[in-house]
Amino acid sequence: MGSEFTKLFELIISASLINNFVFTRFLGLCIFFGVSKKMETAVGMSITFTAVMMISAALSWVVFNHILIPLDITFLEIIVFIGIIAGLVQASDTIMRKMSPGLYYKLGIYLALISTNCIILAVPLINAGEKYSFIQSLAFGLGSGLGFALALVIMASIRERLELAEVPAPFKGLPMAFVITGLIALAFTGFSGLITL
Amino acid sequence: MSIPSTTSLKDLFLNGIIKENTIFKLALSLCPSIAVTNNLKNGIYMGAAVLFVQVMVNITISLIRKVIHPKVRLPIFMLVISGWVTVTSMLMAAFVPDVYAKVGLYIQLIVAFASILARAEMFASKNSALPSLVDGLGMGIGFLFALTVISFFRELLGKGTLTVPTGLATSYVVSFINTKPLLIMVLPAGGFLAVGILMAFFNWIDARFKKSIRGSH
Repeated sequence: MGSEFTKLFELIISASLINNFVFTRFLGLCIFFGVSKKMETAVGMSITFTAVMMISAALSWVVFNHILIPLDITFLEIIVFIGIIAGLVQASDTIMRKMSPGLYYKLGIYLALISTNCIILAVPLINAGEKYSFIQSLAFGLGSGLGFALALVIMASIRERLELAEVPAPFKGLPMAFVITGLIALAFTGFSGLITL
Repeated sequence: MSIPSTTSLKDLFLNGIIKENTIFKLALSLCPSIAVTNNLKNGIYMGAAVLFVQVMVNITISLIRKVIHPKVRLPIFMLVISGWVTVTSMLMAAFVPDVYAKVGLYIQLIVAFASILARAEMFASKNSALPSLVDGLGMGIGFLFALTVISFFRELLGKGTLTVPTGLATSYVVSFINTKPLLIMVLPAGGFLAVGILMAFFNWIDARFKKSIRGSH
Protein backbone atom coordinates (compact mmCIF):
# COMPACT_ATOMS: atom_id res chain seq x y z
CA MET A 1 0.00 0.00 0.00
CA GLY A 2 2.85 2.30 0.89
CA SER A 3 4.64 1.80 -2.39
CA GLU A 4 1.35 2.22 -4.25
CA PHE A 5 0.95 5.61 -2.65
CA THR A 6 4.52 6.60 -3.50
CA LYS A 7 3.89 5.64 -7.10
CA LEU A 8 0.83 7.89 -7.27
CA PHE A 9 2.81 10.73 -5.77
CA GLU A 10 5.56 10.17 -8.32
CA LEU A 11 2.98 10.20 -11.10
CA ILE A 12 1.59 13.55 -9.94
CA ILE A 13 5.06 15.09 -9.65
CA SER A 14 6.15 13.79 -13.01
CA ALA A 15 2.96 14.96 -14.75
CA SER A 16 3.15 18.41 -13.22
CA LEU A 17 6.87 19.20 -13.24
CA ILE A 18 8.94 16.87 -15.39
CA ASN A 19 6.49 16.31 -18.23
CA ASN A 20 4.79 19.65 -17.75
CA PHE A 21 2.10 19.92 -20.42
CA VAL A 22 3.06 23.39 -21.54
CA PHE A 23 6.84 23.30 -21.34
CA THR A 24 7.75 19.81 -22.42
CA ARG A 25 4.70 18.44 -24.20
CA PHE A 26 3.63 21.76 -25.76
CA LEU A 27 -0.07 21.24 -25.31
CA GLY A 28 -2.72 23.84 -24.59
CA LEU A 29 -0.60 26.62 -26.00
CA CYS A 30 -3.49 28.63 -27.47
CA ILE A 31 -5.11 28.93 -24.07
CA PHE A 32 -1.74 29.39 -22.39
CA PHE A 33 -0.94 32.46 -24.49
CA GLY A 34 -4.52 33.63 -24.56
CA VAL A 35 -5.33 33.90 -20.86
CA SER A 36 -1.92 34.52 -19.32
CA LYS A 37 -2.11 38.31 -19.60
CA LYS A 38 -3.76 38.87 -16.22
CA MET A 39 -3.20 37.03 -12.96
CA GLU A 40 -6.89 36.91 -12.04
CA THR A 41 -8.04 35.22 -15.23
CA ALA A 42 -5.06 32.87 -15.13
CA VAL A 43 -6.01 31.63 -11.66
CA GLY A 44 -9.68 31.21 -12.58
CA MET A 45 -8.77 29.39 -15.74
CA SER A 46 -6.40 26.99 -14.05
CA ILE A 47 -8.99 26.03 -11.43
CA THR A 48 -11.57 25.35 -14.15
CA PHE A 49 -9.03 23.39 -16.14
CA THR A 50 -7.90 21.17 -13.30
CA ALA A 51 -11.50 20.36 -12.40
CA VAL A 52 -12.58 19.62 -15.97
CA MET A 53 -9.44 17.59 -16.57
CA MET A 54 -9.92 15.33 -13.53
CA ILE A 55 -13.60 14.73 -14.19
CA SER A 56 -12.99 14.01 -17.86
CA ALA A 57 -10.14 11.65 -16.97
CA ALA A 58 -12.47 9.72 -14.65
CA LEU A 59 -15.42 9.61 -17.06
CA SER A 60 -13.38 8.63 -20.08
CA TRP A 61 -11.55 5.92 -18.13
CA VAL A 62 -14.88 4.31 -17.25
CA VAL A 63 -16.17 4.60 -20.81
CA PHE A 64 -12.90 3.38 -22.35
CA ASN A 65 -12.45 0.36 -20.10
CA HIS A 66 -16.07 -0.72 -19.71
CA ILE A 67 -17.57 0.14 -23.09
CA LEU A 68 -14.90 0.56 -25.75
CA ILE A 69 -12.62 -2.35 -24.80
CA PRO A 70 -15.37 -4.99 -24.28
CA LEU A 71 -16.98 -4.01 -27.59
CA ASP A 72 -13.58 -3.87 -29.31
CA ILE A 73 -14.17 -0.43 -30.79
CA THR A 74 -11.14 1.37 -29.34
CA PHE A 75 -10.48 3.04 -32.72
CA LEU A 76 -13.44 5.29 -31.92
CA GLU A 77 -11.63 6.71 -28.89
CA ILE A 78 -11.09 10.18 -30.38
CA ILE A 79 -14.76 10.65 -31.27
CA VAL A 80 -15.99 9.30 -27.93
CA PHE A 81 -13.58 11.37 -25.82
CA ILE A 82 -14.45 14.56 -27.71
CA GLY A 83 -18.13 13.83 -27.03
CA ILE A 84 -17.53 13.35 -23.30
CA ILE A 85 -15.49 16.54 -23.05
CA ALA A 86 -17.98 18.62 -25.04
CA GLY A 87 -20.75 17.53 -22.68
CA LEU A 88 -18.63 18.29 -19.63
CA VAL A 89 -17.67 21.73 -20.87
CA GLN A 90 -21.29 22.56 -21.56
CA ALA A 91 -22.10 21.55 -17.98
CA SER A 92 -19.27 23.54 -16.40
CA ASP A 93 -20.23 26.50 -18.60
CA THR A 94 -23.75 26.49 -17.17
CA ILE A 95 -22.54 26.01 -13.59
CA MET A 96 -20.01 28.84 -13.85
CA ARG A 97 -22.57 31.20 -15.34
CA LYS A 98 -24.79 30.66 -12.30
CA MET A 99 -22.08 30.54 -9.63
CA SER A 100 -19.74 33.36 -10.64
CA PRO A 101 -21.00 35.56 -13.48
CA GLY A 102 -17.99 37.88 -13.18
CA LEU A 103 -15.53 35.10 -13.92
CA TYR A 104 -17.82 33.77 -16.61
CA TYR A 105 -17.84 37.15 -18.32
CA LYS A 106 -14.04 37.20 -18.39
CA LEU A 107 -13.40 33.61 -19.41
CA GLY A 108 -16.47 33.17 -21.63
CA ILE A 109 -14.76 32.80 -24.98
CA TYR A 110 -11.97 30.55 -23.69
CA LEU A 111 -14.43 28.36 -21.84
CA ALA A 112 -16.20 27.74 -25.13
CA LEU A 113 -12.83 26.82 -26.62
CA ILE A 114 -12.04 24.27 -23.90
CA SER A 115 -13.94 21.61 -25.80
CA THR A 116 -11.60 22.07 -28.73
CA ASN A 117 -8.54 22.24 -26.50
CA CYS A 118 -5.80 19.74 -26.94
CA ILE A 119 -4.71 19.62 -23.30
CA ILE A 120 -8.08 18.35 -22.09
CA LEU A 121 -8.27 15.79 -24.87
CA ALA A 122 -4.68 14.69 -24.36
CA VAL A 123 -5.28 13.48 -20.78
CA PRO A 124 -7.78 10.72 -21.70
CA LEU A 125 -5.76 9.80 -24.80
CA ILE A 126 -2.53 9.40 -22.80
CA ASN A 127 -4.39 7.57 -20.03
CA ALA A 128 -5.74 5.11 -22.58
CA GLY A 129 -2.38 4.77 -24.30
CA GLU A 130 -0.46 4.11 -21.08
CA LYS A 131 -3.17 1.76 -19.72
CA TYR A 132 -3.33 3.55 -16.37
CA SER A 133 -5.64 2.23 -13.64
CA PHE A 134 -8.58 4.33 -12.47
CA ILE A 135 -6.71 5.91 -9.55
CA GLN A 136 -3.63 6.47 -11.70
CA SER A 137 -5.75 8.19 -14.34
CA LEU A 138 -7.15 10.52 -11.70
CA ALA A 139 -3.66 11.24 -10.38
CA PHE A 140 -2.41 11.94 -13.90
CA GLY A 141 -5.34 14.33 -14.49
CA LEU A 142 -4.64 16.12 -11.22
CA GLY A 143 -0.90 16.37 -11.88
CA SER A 144 -1.41 17.70 -15.39
CA GLY A 145 -3.91 20.24 -14.12
CA LEU A 146 -1.52 21.42 -11.41
CA GLY A 147 1.31 21.66 -13.90
CA PHE A 148 -0.82 23.73 -16.25
CA ALA A 149 -1.89 25.97 -13.36
CA LEU A 150 1.74 26.48 -12.36
CA ALA A 151 2.69 27.40 -15.91
CA LEU A 152 -0.19 29.86 -16.24
CA VAL A 153 0.57 31.57 -12.94
CA ILE A 154 4.30 31.94 -13.71
CA MET A 155 3.54 33.29 -17.16
CA ALA A 156 0.85 35.68 -15.94
CA SER A 157 3.11 37.18 -13.31
CA ILE A 158 5.90 37.71 -15.84
CA ARG A 159 3.58 39.24 -18.40
CA GLU A 160 2.11 41.64 -15.86
CA ARG A 161 5.60 42.98 -15.24
CA LEU A 162 6.34 43.01 -18.96
CA GLU A 163 3.64 45.62 -19.54
CA LEU A 164 6.07 48.18 -18.15
CA ALA A 165 9.13 46.95 -20.00
CA GLU A 166 10.37 48.34 -23.27
CA VAL A 167 10.25 45.63 -25.90
CA PRO A 168 11.57 46.06 -29.47
CA ALA A 169 8.64 46.79 -31.80
CA PRO A 170 8.59 43.55 -33.84
CA PHE A 171 8.74 41.51 -30.63
CA LYS A 172 5.73 43.23 -29.01
CA GLY A 173 3.03 40.86 -27.84
CA LEU A 174 3.15 37.22 -28.84
CA PRO A 175 6.77 36.87 -30.05
CA MET A 176 8.03 38.15 -26.71
CA ALA A 177 5.71 35.76 -24.88
CA PHE A 178 7.20 32.92 -26.92
CA VAL A 179 10.76 33.88 -26.08
CA ILE A 180 9.87 34.07 -22.38
CA THR A 181 8.20 30.68 -22.54
CA GLY A 182 11.37 29.36 -24.10
CA LEU A 183 13.40 30.62 -21.17
CA ILE A 184 10.98 29.11 -18.63
CA ALA A 185 11.06 25.83 -20.55
CA LEU A 186 14.84 25.91 -20.31
CA ALA A 187 14.50 26.25 -16.54
CA PHE A 188 12.06 23.35 -16.46
CA THR A 189 14.53 21.04 -18.21
CA GLY A 190 16.29 21.15 -14.84
CA PHE A 191 13.52 18.91 -13.48
CA SER A 192 14.18 16.13 -15.98
CA GLY A 193 15.69 13.10 -14.33
CA LEU A 194 14.20 14.03 -10.96
CA ILE A 195 12.15 10.83 -10.92
CA THR A 196 12.56 7.95 -13.31
CA LEU A 197 9.29 6.11 -13.75
CA MET B 1 -20.96 34.46 -54.97
CA SER B 2 -22.46 31.72 -57.11
CA ILE B 3 -19.74 31.58 -59.75
CA PRO B 4 -16.42 32.52 -58.14
CA SER B 5 -14.00 34.25 -60.46
CA THR B 6 -10.41 33.08 -60.72
CA THR B 7 -9.05 36.20 -59.04
CA SER B 8 -11.19 35.72 -55.94
CA LEU B 9 -10.12 32.08 -55.79
CA LYS B 10 -6.50 33.16 -55.99
CA ASP B 11 -7.03 35.69 -53.20
CA LEU B 12 -8.73 33.01 -51.15
CA PHE B 13 -5.79 30.68 -51.65
CA LEU B 14 -3.20 33.29 -50.73
CA ASN B 15 -5.24 34.49 -47.77
CA GLY B 16 -4.56 31.29 -45.84
CA ILE B 17 -0.87 31.29 -46.69
CA ILE B 18 0.02 34.91 -46.03
CA LYS B 19 -2.64 37.13 -44.50
CA GLU B 20 -4.17 34.62 -42.14
CA ASN B 21 -1.30 32.21 -41.66
CA THR B 22 -2.50 29.96 -38.87
CA ILE B 23 0.70 29.98 -36.87
CA PHE B 24 2.50 33.24 -37.56
CA LYS B 25 -0.52 35.53 -37.84
CA LEU B 26 -3.43 33.97 -35.96
CA ALA B 27 -1.27 32.15 -33.39
CA LEU B 28 -3.65 29.19 -33.37
CA SER B 29 -2.87 25.48 -33.32
CA LEU B 30 0.53 26.12 -31.86
CA CYS B 31 1.03 22.81 -30.11
CA PRO B 32 2.47 20.82 -33.03
CA SER B 33 4.39 23.83 -34.31
CA ILE B 34 6.77 23.29 -31.42
CA ALA B 35 6.26 19.65 -30.52
CA VAL B 36 7.16 17.98 -33.81
CA THR B 37 9.45 20.53 -35.42
CA ASN B 38 12.84 19.41 -34.14
CA ASN B 39 13.15 17.35 -37.31
CA LEU B 40 12.35 18.52 -40.84
CA LYS B 41 10.75 15.24 -41.87
CA ASN B 42 8.38 15.12 -38.91
CA GLY B 43 7.44 18.75 -39.50
CA ILE B 44 6.60 18.10 -43.14
CA TYR B 45 4.53 14.99 -42.38
CA MET B 46 2.64 16.79 -39.63
CA GLY B 47 1.92 19.70 -41.95
CA ALA B 48 0.77 17.35 -44.69
CA ALA B 49 -1.58 15.57 -42.28
CA VAL B 50 -3.15 18.87 -41.26
CA LEU B 51 -3.44 19.92 -44.92
CA PHE B 52 -5.26 16.67 -45.74
CA VAL B 53 -7.67 16.94 -42.80
CA GLN B 54 -8.37 20.62 -43.48
CA VAL B 55 -9.20 20.03 -47.15
CA MET B 56 -11.32 16.93 -46.55
CA VAL B 57 -13.25 18.55 -43.69
CA ASN B 58 -13.93 21.67 -45.74
CA ILE B 59 -15.20 19.64 -48.70
CA THR B 60 -17.35 17.35 -46.55
CA ILE B 61 -18.93 20.22 -44.61
CA SER B 62 -19.65 22.26 -47.70
CA LEU B 63 -21.27 19.27 -49.41
CA ILE B 64 -23.58 18.49 -46.50
CA ARG B 65 -24.12 22.09 -45.36
CA LYS B 66 -27.70 22.21 -46.61
CA VAL B 67 -28.87 19.26 -44.53
CA ILE B 68 -27.26 20.31 -41.23
CA HIS B 69 -29.67 21.88 -38.81
CA PRO B 70 -28.03 25.09 -37.44
CA LYS B 71 -28.68 24.06 -33.84
CA VAL B 72 -26.67 20.87 -34.02
CA ARG B 73 -24.00 22.12 -36.41
CA LEU B 74 -21.09 22.14 -33.92
CA PRO B 75 -21.45 18.49 -32.84
CA ILE B 76 -21.73 17.53 -36.52
CA PHE B 77 -18.59 19.49 -37.39
CA MET B 78 -16.74 17.78 -34.55
CA LEU B 79 -17.96 14.40 -35.77
CA VAL B 80 -16.76 15.08 -39.32
CA ILE B 81 -13.39 16.36 -38.08
CA SER B 82 -12.76 13.46 -35.73
CA GLY B 83 -13.77 11.04 -38.46
CA TRP B 84 -11.18 12.43 -40.87
CA VAL B 85 -8.56 12.64 -38.14
CA THR B 86 -9.10 8.97 -37.33
CA VAL B 87 -8.66 8.15 -41.02
CA THR B 88 -5.43 10.18 -41.20
CA SER B 89 -4.06 8.70 -38.02
CA MET B 90 -4.74 5.13 -39.21
CA LEU B 91 -3.21 5.82 -42.62
CA MET B 92 -0.07 7.26 -41.07
CA ALA B 93 0.25 4.42 -38.59
CA ALA B 94 0.11 2.01 -41.52
CA PHE B 95 2.36 3.75 -44.05
CA VAL B 96 4.88 5.78 -42.03
CA PRO B 97 5.13 3.94 -38.69
CA ASP B 98 8.47 5.53 -37.72
CA VAL B 99 7.08 9.06 -38.04
CA TYR B 100 3.82 8.05 -36.37
CA ALA B 101 5.69 6.73 -33.33
CA LYS B 102 6.91 10.27 -32.69
CA VAL B 103 4.03 12.46 -33.81
CA GLY B 104 1.08 10.09 -33.22
CA LEU B 105 -0.34 11.91 -30.21
CA TYR B 106 -0.24 15.22 -32.05
CA ILE B 107 -1.92 13.72 -35.11
CA GLN B 108 -4.78 12.54 -32.90
CA LEU B 109 -4.96 15.99 -31.38
CA ILE B 110 -5.62 17.60 -34.77
CA VAL B 111 -9.25 17.09 -33.68
CA ALA B 112 -8.76 19.89 -31.20
CA PHE B 113 -7.38 22.38 -33.71
CA ALA B 114 -9.24 25.63 -33.42
CA SER B 115 -8.22 26.55 -36.96
CA ILE B 116 -9.95 23.59 -38.60
CA LEU B 117 -13.19 24.07 -36.70
CA ALA B 118 -13.03 27.81 -37.38
CA ARG B 119 -12.72 27.32 -41.16
CA ALA B 120 -15.58 24.80 -41.11
CA GLU B 121 -17.79 27.21 -39.17
CA MET B 122 -16.84 30.46 -40.91
CA PHE B 123 -16.23 29.34 -44.46
CA ALA B 124 -17.18 25.83 -45.51
CA SER B 125 -20.64 25.92 -43.95
CA LYS B 126 -21.51 28.97 -46.06
CA ASN B 127 -19.81 28.27 -49.38
CA SER B 128 -19.96 25.66 -52.10
CA ALA B 129 -17.41 22.91 -52.60
CA LEU B 130 -14.93 24.62 -54.94
CA PRO B 131 -14.20 27.75 -52.85
CA SER B 132 -14.11 25.56 -49.75
CA LEU B 133 -11.55 23.30 -51.39
CA VAL B 134 -9.39 26.31 -52.31
CA ASP B 135 -9.77 27.80 -48.84
CA GLY B 136 -8.78 24.52 -47.23
CA LEU B 137 -5.78 24.20 -49.55
CA GLY B 138 -4.64 27.74 -48.70
CA MET B 139 -4.99 27.30 -44.96
CA GLY B 140 -3.37 23.86 -45.03
CA ILE B 141 -0.45 24.94 -47.20
CA GLY B 142 0.07 27.97 -44.96
CA PHE B 143 0.33 25.62 -42.01
CA LEU B 144 2.64 23.24 -43.86
CA PHE B 145 4.81 26.22 -44.86
CA ALA B 146 5.06 27.44 -41.26
CA LEU B 147 5.99 23.99 -39.93
CA THR B 148 8.55 23.51 -42.69
CA VAL B 149 10.23 26.85 -41.97
CA ILE B 150 10.33 26.26 -38.22
CA SER B 151 11.64 22.71 -38.45
CA PHE B 152 14.15 23.69 -41.14
CA PHE B 153 15.84 26.19 -38.85
CA ARG B 154 15.56 24.06 -35.74
CA GLU B 155 17.10 20.95 -37.24
CA LEU B 156 19.77 22.89 -39.14
CA LEU B 157 20.89 24.85 -36.09
CA GLY B 158 20.27 22.20 -33.47
CA LYS B 159 21.72 19.11 -35.13
CA GLY B 160 23.52 20.53 -38.12
CA THR B 161 21.62 18.18 -40.42
CA LEU B 162 18.48 18.17 -42.56
CA THR B 163 16.30 15.06 -42.87
CA VAL B 164 14.67 15.34 -46.28
CA PRO B 165 11.89 12.84 -47.03
CA THR B 166 12.55 11.36 -50.45
CA GLY B 167 9.74 8.84 -50.52
CA LEU B 168 6.98 7.45 -48.38
CA ALA B 169 9.27 5.69 -45.93
CA THR B 170 12.71 6.77 -47.07
CA SER B 171 14.57 9.92 -46.23
CA TYR B 172 17.96 11.36 -46.81
CA VAL B 173 20.02 13.01 -44.09
CA VAL B 174 22.18 15.88 -45.25
CA SER B 175 24.71 17.22 -42.78
CA PHE B 176 25.88 20.82 -43.00
CA ILE B 177 27.58 21.83 -39.80
CA ASN B 178 30.30 19.54 -38.56
CA THR B 179 31.27 21.53 -35.50
CA LYS B 180 29.25 21.42 -32.31
CA PRO B 181 25.70 22.55 -33.15
CA LEU B 182 23.41 24.66 -30.94
CA LEU B 183 21.87 21.88 -28.90
CA ILE B 184 19.27 24.20 -27.39
CA MET B 185 17.43 24.46 -30.72
CA VAL B 186 16.27 20.83 -30.65
CA LEU B 187 15.33 21.04 -26.97
CA PRO B 188 11.77 22.12 -26.07
CA ALA B 189 13.02 25.57 -25.11
CA GLY B 190 14.49 26.10 -28.57
CA GLY B 191 11.09 25.50 -30.14
CA PHE B 192 9.57 28.41 -28.29
CA LEU B 193 12.56 30.61 -29.07
CA ALA B 194 12.46 29.69 -32.77
CA VAL B 195 8.74 30.40 -33.12
CA GLY B 196 9.08 33.66 -31.20
CA ILE B 197 11.97 34.90 -33.31
CA LEU B 198 10.33 33.85 -36.60
CA MET B 199 7.09 35.59 -35.59
CA ALA B 200 9.02 38.76 -34.78
CA PHE B 201 10.79 38.44 -38.14
CA PHE B 202 7.48 38.25 -40.02
CA ASN B 203 6.15 41.21 -38.03
CA TRP B 204 9.24 43.15 -38.98
CA ILE B 205 8.83 42.30 -42.68
CA ASP B 206 5.17 43.28 -42.45
CA ALA B 207 6.01 46.63 -40.87
CA ARG B 208 8.71 47.33 -43.46
CA PHE B 209 6.37 46.40 -46.30
CA LYS B 210 3.61 48.67 -45.02
CA LYS B 211 6.03 51.53 -44.49
CA SER B 212 7.40 51.27 -48.03
CA ILE B 213 3.85 51.34 -49.45
CA ARG B 214 3.03 54.39 -47.39
CA GLY B 215 6.31 56.02 -48.43
CA SER B 216 5.59 55.66 -52.14
CA HIS B 217 2.25 57.48 -51.86
